[in-house]
Amino acid sequence: MYQIRLHGRGGQGVVTAAELVAWAAIADGRYALAFPSFGSERTGAPVEAYCRIDDKPIRSREPVTEPDLVVVLDPTLLGQRFVFNGIKSDGTALINLPVAASSATGTGTGLAPRAAHVRTVPATEFARQRTGRPLPNAAMLGAGAAANGIVPLAAVRDAIAARFPRTIAEANAAAATDAFEYLRFAAHAASEVHRVHT
Amino acid sequence: MVPAYPISPQTHIVEALSALVRRGELAPCEYINAESEFGAMSLCIGASAAGSRTYTATSSQGLLFMAEALYNAAGLGLPVVMTVANRALGAPINIWNDQSDSLSQRDSGWIQLYARDNQAACDLHPIAFRLAEELSVPVMVCMDGFVLTHAVERIAVPDQEVVDAFLPAYRPQQILDPDVPMSIGAMVGPEAFTEVRFLADGRMRRALLRMPELAERYAKLVGRPAEHLARGYRLDGARTVFLAMGSVLGTLEDVIDEARADGLAVGAVELTCFRPFPAQRLRTLLAGAEQVIVLERAFSAGAAGIITPELIAALADPPAVPVRCSTVVAGLGGRPITKKALRMLVRDAAASRAARFSFLGLDRDLLSRAGYGRASDDAPGSTAERLLARLHTREEPR
Repeated sequence: MYQIRLHGRGGQGVVTAAELVAWAAIADGRYALAFPSFGSERTGAPVEAYCRIDDKPIRSREPVTEPDLVVVLDPTLLGQRFVFNGIKSDGTALINLPVAASSATGTGTGLAPRAAHVRTVPATEFARQRTGRPLPNAAMLGAGAAANGIVPLAAVRDAIAARFPRTIAEANAAAATDAFEYLRFAAHAASEVHRVHT
Repeated sequence: MVPAYPISPQTHIVEALSALVRRGELAPCEYINAESEFGAMSLCIGASAAGSRTYTATSSQGLLFMAEALYNAAGLGLPVVMTVANRALGAPINIWNDQSDSLSQRDSGWIQLYARDNQAACDLHPIAFRLAEELSVPVMVCMDGFVLTHAVERIAVPDQEVVDAFLPAYRPQQILDPDVPMSIGAMVGPEAFTEVRFLADGRMRRALLRMPELAERYAKLVGRPAEHLARGYRLDGARTVFLAMGSVLGTLEDVIDEARADGLAVGAVELTCFRPFPAQRLRTLLAGAEQVIVLERAFSAGAAGIITPELIAALADPPAVPVRCSTVVAGLGGRPITKKALRMLVRDAAASRAARFSFLGLDRDLLSRAGYGRASDDAPGSTAERLLARLHTREEPR
């Protein structure tokens, strides 16, 4: 079973993101379960959502306490909440971080000390470029596809197409692809660097 | 006819239905934005009495607001079907899941079915309409708020042809028609009131026979296992059995599997039909157990659990089924029921350490911090605000 926990604030599409991952996994022939945990339902309030993916039916309904992947849609949550609680020892942290901030922190491992792998992606910037709005969820899903390889980008794009009206879907799918390629390139560049130094 | 009023966490159900109606996909269905839940159920009564198949959905305070109308619908023998998104009752205000709303209306004369997951929630609705229309008893399909209502999971939605094969066109038993005048809702005095109630009880009890039969029929049509009144899970040789309704069953079954792998003789009973109460079915399922732990998502303050006393009465009926029953109140107001907590509970129960009546995961630390550590500390008045003030005195992980 693969477990994802998403953190963000109300209005950033956290819950929709979890649902789209589930939708994509189901369309890809797997079992999936996505559900939210709300604080008060208002824009700006912290929101958590969960998604479990497996090749057999999923029964457990408790919140995800040992995520394989933690997705942080809002970096302002990093300092305030224990977003990486329980992350698996080989888990991945995927953080929405503007380009300027991520270059300042280098690889970003300092942001998520408990995570084995840390990836940052300027999802809000991709979203703004493609859709005109700073809603990072679709881009984060594209990045997620690159980070975990569990749900293919094609399935993510299909889920977006099924959920939103055509023009919005196309723009969001483009943002997802941008983020996917950004992470793929970053991973490739990092492995190139590694090869050079060995 | 769908008269409805929105309330978290049911809103997307009625919003989606209104969108379907607007697009003409449910023609000749009409959707009415009622002014309140009391209005919604009153409209259901009127629509049903005029011969329309009728549905609505609500939750929590909304269900209480329509309480008078609930009893009316049942008392009039109208086959209304309603989804209840199970949510706690205020005060304190709480929008999250427990089962105190529907259970508070257990005497209203409505059949109550509880879904363990979204597949069950889907399948129980056609069954509900069949039952309601055959028995002239309204039916509530209850599903845990947020946990199920806001979950996205893989389900198989039956095709229209399949549902049509199972649920024929509505033929009302009584219909207000100016061309064929009749009375619905006459005043009944002492001379016949008891008999009306007696017959309603009988109709409810017929559901104990008909629900399994209809569920089997539906199962054959859709090619999926049937919903039962109550179903056992790994009861073979189970000395300790956990009984529950609703979404907690999935998590519970995972924990049962782990415990069985560790050699503990434990099992579970899934209760789907709460009204009518399937006493005989439960007696059969629990015949081999030594103790039953009933996980309840509601309770009756000052008394006991809600399911447990009915279970005890059912088991005590001669010849008595000698099983010790305990109540664990869990998941109130949306507190998640975790595997960790259930694992500890299973271990305690298997080692005969289960208390008669307890609250799972009660935060004694919080009680203490808020000054409720000892009975003598309890200052009068509302407790909620004092507890909230002491909730996060230290930075702690969620």
